[in-house]
Formats: sequence, structure tokens, C-alpha cells
Amino acid sequence: MTVTTNETQAARPRGSRSPLASFALHATLVVASVIAVFPVLWILLTSLKPAKYAITTDFVKEPTLSNYSHLLEDSHFLSWFWNSVLVAGVTTVLGVFIAATTGYAVSRFKFPGMKPLMWTLLITQMFPMAILIVPLYNLMGDLGLLNQPLGLIITYLTIAVPFCAWMMKGFFDTIPVEIDESGRVDGLNPFGTFWRLILPLAKPGLAVTGFYAFITAWGEVAYASAFMVGEENLTLAGGLQTFVTQYTSNWGAMSAASVLIAIPAAVFFLFAQRHLVAGMTAGATKG
Amino acid sequence: MAADTSRSVAKAADGETTLAARGPSRTTAKNAGSPRGGLRRALATHWYAWTMAAPVVLVLGVIVGWPLVRGIYLSLTNANERNVARTIGVRHIDATYEFVGLDNYTEVLGDPVFWQRLVWTVVWTVACVSLTFVLGLTLATMLNRQFRGRAAYRMALILPWAVPGFVSVFAWRFLFNRDNGILNKVLDGGGISAIPWLDDPTWAKLSVIAVNVWLGIPFMMVALLGGLQSIPGELYEAAEMDGAGPWQRFRHITLPGLRAVSMTVILLSTIWTFNMFPVIFLLTRGGPGDSTEILVTQAFREAFIASPRDFAGSATWGVLILGLLMIFALVYRRSLRKQGEVW
Repeated sequence: MTVTTNETQAARPRGSRSPLASFALHATLVVASVIAVFPVLWILLTSLKPAKYAITTDFVKEPTLSNYSHLLEDSHFLSWFWNSVLVAGVTTVLGVFIAATTGYAVSRFKFPGMKPLMWTLLITQMFPMAILIVPLYNLMGDLGLLNQPLGLIITYLTIAVPFCAWMMKGFFDTIPVEIDESGRVDGLNPFGTFWRLILPLAKPGLAVTGFYAFITAWGEVAYASAFMVGEENLTLAGGLQTFVTQYTSNWGAMSAASVLIAIPAAVFFLFAQRHLVAGMTAGATKG
Repeated sequence: MAADTSRSVAKAADGETTLAARGPSRTTAKNAGSPRGGLRRALATHWYAWTMAAPVVLVLGVIVGWPLVRGIYLSLTNANERNVARTIGVRHIDATYEFVGLDNYTEVLGDPVFWQRLVWTVVWTVACVSLTFVLGLTLATMLNRQFRGRAAYRMALILPWAVPGFVSVFAWRFLFNRDNGILNKVLDGGGISAIPWLDDPTWAKLSVIAVNVWLGIPFMMVALLGGLQSIPGELYEAAEMDGAGPWQRFRHITLPGLRAVSMTVILLSTIWTFNMFPVIFLLTRGGPGDSTEILVTQAFREAFIASPRDFAGSATWGVLILGLLMIFALVYRRSLRKQGEVW
């Protein structure tokens, strides 16, 4: 595999690739694509088979939507879905809201305390949940917020706030400083410049940051598993676990639930992904 | 300069709450001649910036700083499920746990379990990051060329990243199922006996690494592809004119051109992998036995799965993990600086 790369590496003029190299290129990419797509495709196909055939190897067998109707009618799927939407949505809005001005400040100003602040943001992102989970669990217990969406929202802010500030710094860095300067010349103070000029320009960046915060909260497992108990209170990450326990495996419901969770996320994601990486690496390389 | 940065790291560790106070005091120190005037001048110049940074500093101070301090304190006590403050019905029971100093640390560090977990966590991180990087770079260089169907390949290869992680992990659990999973059925069709993917320590380790690499490649690939596209094509043309072969061009143009991006994505994915909770927790629950348990899942197990729940023990593992990561970040930064990076 590596050999292929090395040989096919550089950007030669178009058309100069030998048929063999061309074949190797396509063969490698086809294999890689199949590996990437197959697990997801297989779950989609399984979700359309009657539950009793879930574990057969046939690609399609008596296609039906019975797994979906069973899931929506006989399980708590909708309440898990709602819990996840609520928790991830509120976390996103609060995270972006709290972090926006800070992202701007660290992007534009050099002020005493900026370096430690940047370091704090970076280090907080590498915090393992292991260090915070017990104190937060006890704290939520004392405040009566275990099993409450609010408790999980507060907890997720510990991840979302530093992350959003970091990402937004990257986006603000891409907006030319001349715009700020012209605002200042016109008599705006820094808050005015930020609010009237920069924020409207940074809207795509804010959207991407928010989207990222949303899918991070949407996919979080550890806190959700520890803080939320009892069938109705779970989020999707916890709910999906109930289908496949040590003793029972309801693969039919599991696959249908997986599809319903994954498709909206995947569609959004494939639209947004270009900006996702740009924002993250920009924030980090120039940090 | 180096001393200065290491100081800020150490400070960041002992609590974010002091951040706001640190700015002015530092400025004061700089203008030692007229401390009060210096402070006022600093306030006048920087109050915009400080006000803008205040929300994050406050929020982090309350929901990260305070729990962090409390976590470190808990690791110095013998708190567990039975002696923390709790409310049963309407009756409130006060906490009865005691300060025990460094007992938890000597216990954890003196226990071979910690060192086993650490070795496996390091193996897991290095294996995952290096495989993800090599495969991601391979695919990125391939996708960086002009050819038919590029957009379709790109879309397909990004798919694992688009699906929420916990969903993918369950999908893999389905594929890996020993008796009924498609992987073993296919092997069976080829006359190969079933592989106990998640039931044998060695296979389970290979399986969790495979799934994590599968999950991690898209991010790596897209980031590196972005890096490749920012390398000017003229460099390659010039090199080709000078007679450089494909390998030389890769070695002397592509790799240096990707340095900044590579360094960032390697740092990020190392941290993510080191802390990768869901893959291990959902795929194997740390099993079979405890063979795939990494440090983070072990900390979770102490507090939420073990009985009685050992809060102090879990906090101890947490502090140790944080310490390891900070040392790593520091060493990484140092080595970058030695090579002339400004990061």
C-alpha cells in the first residue's frame, strides 16, 4: 500500500499515469471505500429485514419497515431522541453564545493572561472525563440534577465551551483585521466592531462551530451512561445500549434505531465537513 | 521563553479561577516602578479584551475549575459510595469520608494493574495513531490527484466520520458477533473457522484498534488532504525538472509541506485516542476479563461499575491520566520548539 503511494505520489501532468498505476489507484480506493461504507450499509440493510432474519447474510430478505414501527411504538426511542435533541441543542446554543466573544478576544488582542487562557482552553480539551466525572456526579447529585437534562447540559458545557472558543478563534483569524480597523476609524468601540461587523461575517464559522458542538454532545457516551438512568431518561447513546446487553441482542431494533440516528447526522455532516476540518486545524496550527 | 511557557502550563493546572486575577498582577510586576499606575494603564488598555474573555473564564472556573479542585481533593480521601453525603428519601446523611493523604496514589502506583493498563493504553494509542496517520496519508495522497470518480471515493471514505461514533461501534459489534456476525459467516463460507473477535484477549485488542482506526481515518484524511492542496504545484514541477523521483519529491516536498498540519492532527488524535472511552466501553466493556481496559475506562469502572463505587480511587486514576497527558503535551511542545516550530 505504501509502495503504491510513493510511486504514484507526485502531481504528474495529467494522462502520464500508466494503466497499471491507474488500476492500482482505483483498486486501492475501491477496497478502502468498501471497508468504509460496508458496516453502515449493512446496518441499513439489516434494519429493513424482518427481525428474525437480522443475522442472516442475505443482502435483502423480505424487506419491511416492521423494525421501525416496532421501535417507534414499543420502545422509548422517541423520548431518548427528544432528550438528546434537547441536551445537545441547548448545549450548542449556550456554548457558542458564551464562547463567541472570547474567541474574538484571543484572535484580535494581545493581552496579559492571553497565553495562559489559550493553554487552559487547550488543556481543558484534553481533560479526560475521568478527572471531572466523579466531582460532577456528586455535584449533580447534591443539586438534584442527576437524571435531568439540565445536569447533562451543564456537564457538556465543560467540553463545549473551551472547544467552541478554540474553533471560533480559528474562524475569526481568517477575517481580515482591516475590517476591524475600518470599524474603529468609523468610531465603533471593540464591542461594536465585534457585534456589527465581525459577527455577521463569522456566521458560517459560528454555524460550523455550533454544528460540531452539537454532534459532540449528540455522540457523548460516558457522562450520559453515568448520569442518566431509567428507561425514559436516557439519551440515544444510553438508549441504544439497552438493545444489546450481555444477555439479549435485539439487532432488529438496534439497526433501525442506528439508521434513524445516523442518517440526519450524516446528511448534515457531509455538507459541512469541508469547513469542519478547516476550522479545527486553523485554530490549532495558528494557536 | 521556554521557562515562561512551562510556568503557564503549571498554572493552568492548578485552577482556572485564578486566570482573571493573573493578568493584572503580571502587568503590575512588569511596571514595578509605579505599580498602581501600571495596573490602571493595563486596565485602560486591556479591559475590552478582559471583558470579552470573562464569560469563558467564569464558566470554566465554575464548571471545570471547581470540580477539578474537588477531584484532586477526592483523590486524597477515602470517599466511596457508602460514606459520601447522600439523601435517601427525605433523610440527609452527611459525608463521613476522611482525608488520607497520598494513600490512594501509593496504592494505585504500587499495583501492577495500573502499569498493565498504562502499557496497553500506550500501545493502543501508538498503534491507533500511527496506523490512522499512515493510512490517512496514503488515501489523502491518492485523492489529491486528478482522476475520474474522485468525489465519489471521497464521499465514501468520509462516511465513517459522519455517523455518530456510538452508532458505528454498535454496527461493528453486530459485524463482530461470534456466532451470527457477518465476518465469521463470510470466513465460514471460505472454510475458515470462526474467529472469536471480541471474546479472546488478543483478538479483542486487534478488534478495538481496527474499529478505532476505521473511525479515525476520515478526519486524518480530510485534514491531510487540505494540507496537500496548500502545497504549491510549482514545487513539484521544479523538482521534477531537476530530476527528483517520486519518492524524493514525497520525502522533500510533501512531508515538509505537511508538517504543520501533521503535527496538529497527530497531537489531537493522540489525545483523543488516549481518552477514547466509547470504542472500548461499548465494544468490549474492557473485556474479555480486563484485557482491553484503558486508563479512562478503568477510572469509569472504579466509580460507576465496581461495587462499592470507589469515588476516591476513580479520582486518583483521573488525576494520574491528566498528569500523563500534560507531560505529553509539554514534551511534544518542547520537541516542536527545538525543530523551530512556533506552536
